[in-house]
Amino acid sequence: MKWIGLIAVVLTGALLLSAVGDFPDFGDPKSPANGGVGDFSVSQYYITHTEQDTKVPNVVTAVLADYRGYDTMFETTVIFIAGIGIIAILRSHPPGGRRGPAHPIDATVDGDHQRIIIGITCRIMIPIIQIFALYVVAHGHHSPGGGFQGGVMLGASFILIGLSRDLQAALARFSERRFIVLACLGVAIYAGFGLLCLLLERNFLDYGVLDGFFHTDPVMARSHGIFAVEVGVAFTVTAIMFAIYANLSSKGRLDEGL
Amino acid sequence: MDLLNQYLIPHFNYWAYVILMMIGMHAMIVKNNLIKKLIGMSIFQTAIILFYVSIGVKEGADIPVLHHHAPEVAESHTPAADPHHAVDPDHYANPLPHVLMLTAIVVGVSTLGMALAISQSIYKDFDTLEENEILAKIKQGGPGIDV
Repeated sequence: MKWIGLIAVVLTGALLLSAVGDFPDFGDPKSPANGGVGDFSVSQYYITHTEQDTKVPNVVTAVLADYRGYDTMFETTVIFIAGIGIIAILRSHPPGGRRGPAHPIDATVDGDHQRIIIGITCRIMIPIIQIFALYVVAHGHHSPGGGFQGGVMLGASFILIGLSRDLQAALARFSERRFIVLACLGVAIYAGFGLLCLLLERNFLDYGVLDGFFHTDPVMARSHGIFAVEVGVAFTVTAIMFAIYANLSSKGRLDEGL
Repeated sequence: MDLLNQYLIPHFNYWAYVILMMIGMHAMIVKNNLIKKLIGMSIFQTAIILFYVSIGVKEGADIPVLHHHAPEVAESHTPAADPHHAVDPDHYANPLPHVLMLTAIVVGVSTLGMALAISQSIYKDFDTLEENEILAKIKQGGPGIDV
C-alpha cells in the first residue's frame, strides 16, 4: 500500500514538473498572470484604478472588500460556519453542574514562581497585542493589514490569556455567549452594509451609494464602506479563532483548558 | 548546465511548490495517523499559497500599496508628485494572488480547526487515531458504531 502511494505521488510530481518549463519565468512582469501580454488585464486595472475608484492606497484591501466583496463576504461566512460546526461537533455539557471544578485563577496562590513570571509578562503584553490588533484592523487602508489579520491577532490575545492562566480566566472575559453573538454580529455587519446599498437602489455591496450615510462624496464612501465591512470581518474572525481554541483545548467542555 | 539555466533557475519557485505539494500529498495518502494526514494537508495548502504568491512577483516591484501619501512624494513639489498622475502597474506587485491567498489562509485555518474537531470526536469514540485500528473497530461493530 505504501509503495502504491509513493508511486502515485512520484508520478503526479513528475507530471507537474514536466510542465514547469512552460511556465513564465520567476518575477517576469510580462507574465500572463501579471497581465503583460495583452493590452488589458484585471490585475493592471486594480492597480491603476484603485486610487480614483476608492481612494484606498492598499490595493489588496480595495480588491478584497470592494471589487471582490462577494468573495470576502462568503469567506467570512465559511469561517463562521466552521466555528459553528466545531461548536456543534465538540460542545458538550458535563453532567451535574454547568461548570467544571473551579480552579484558583490568581497565579500567586499556589506559590508557583513560573506562573507569576508568565502571568505578569502576559498581563503586560496582552493589552499591547490588543491595541496593535485594533491598529492593524483600522490601518488596513494604508499598510498591510485588515480585518482578517487584525481579527486573528485579537483572537490570539484571548488565546494567550487562556494559555497563560487557564481557560476560565479567558472565558470570564470572553464568554461563550459573547463570542457566538460577536461572530453572528460580524457576518451581520458585512451583509447588512451590502443590504443597505440594495435598499438605496444600487447593487449589493456597492458602497458608493452610502455617501449620505457617511457624509462624504461617493469615492470616500467606498473607502468608509470597505472599513465597515473589515470591522465585520474582524469581529467574526476574532470570535471564531477563540471559539476554535476554547473548544479544542477543553474537548468541548469549556472547563479547564490545557 | 544548459538544462540548469533553462529549467531550474528561472523556475525554482515552481520546483519548490511541486516538491512541497508532493510531500503533503504523500503524507495524506500514505500516513496512517489522522493527525499526520492533517499535517500533510497543511503542507499541501502552504504549497498552493507559495505557488500563487510567487506568480504575482514582479522583478523590482514594490508591495501593492500605492505610495501617494508617502512623505518623500509630498515634500517634492514637482509635477511628478501630482496625485492624479497615472500609476505604472509594473511598479507594484500583482495584488490579485495576495487577495486570493489572504482568504485561503483563513479558510485553511478554519478547515484545519474543523478537521481537528472531527479527529478529537473520533478519538473520543475509538480511543485511537490510527486509521487501520479505526477500520478494524468499525468492522467488528466497535464502541463508536451506534447502528
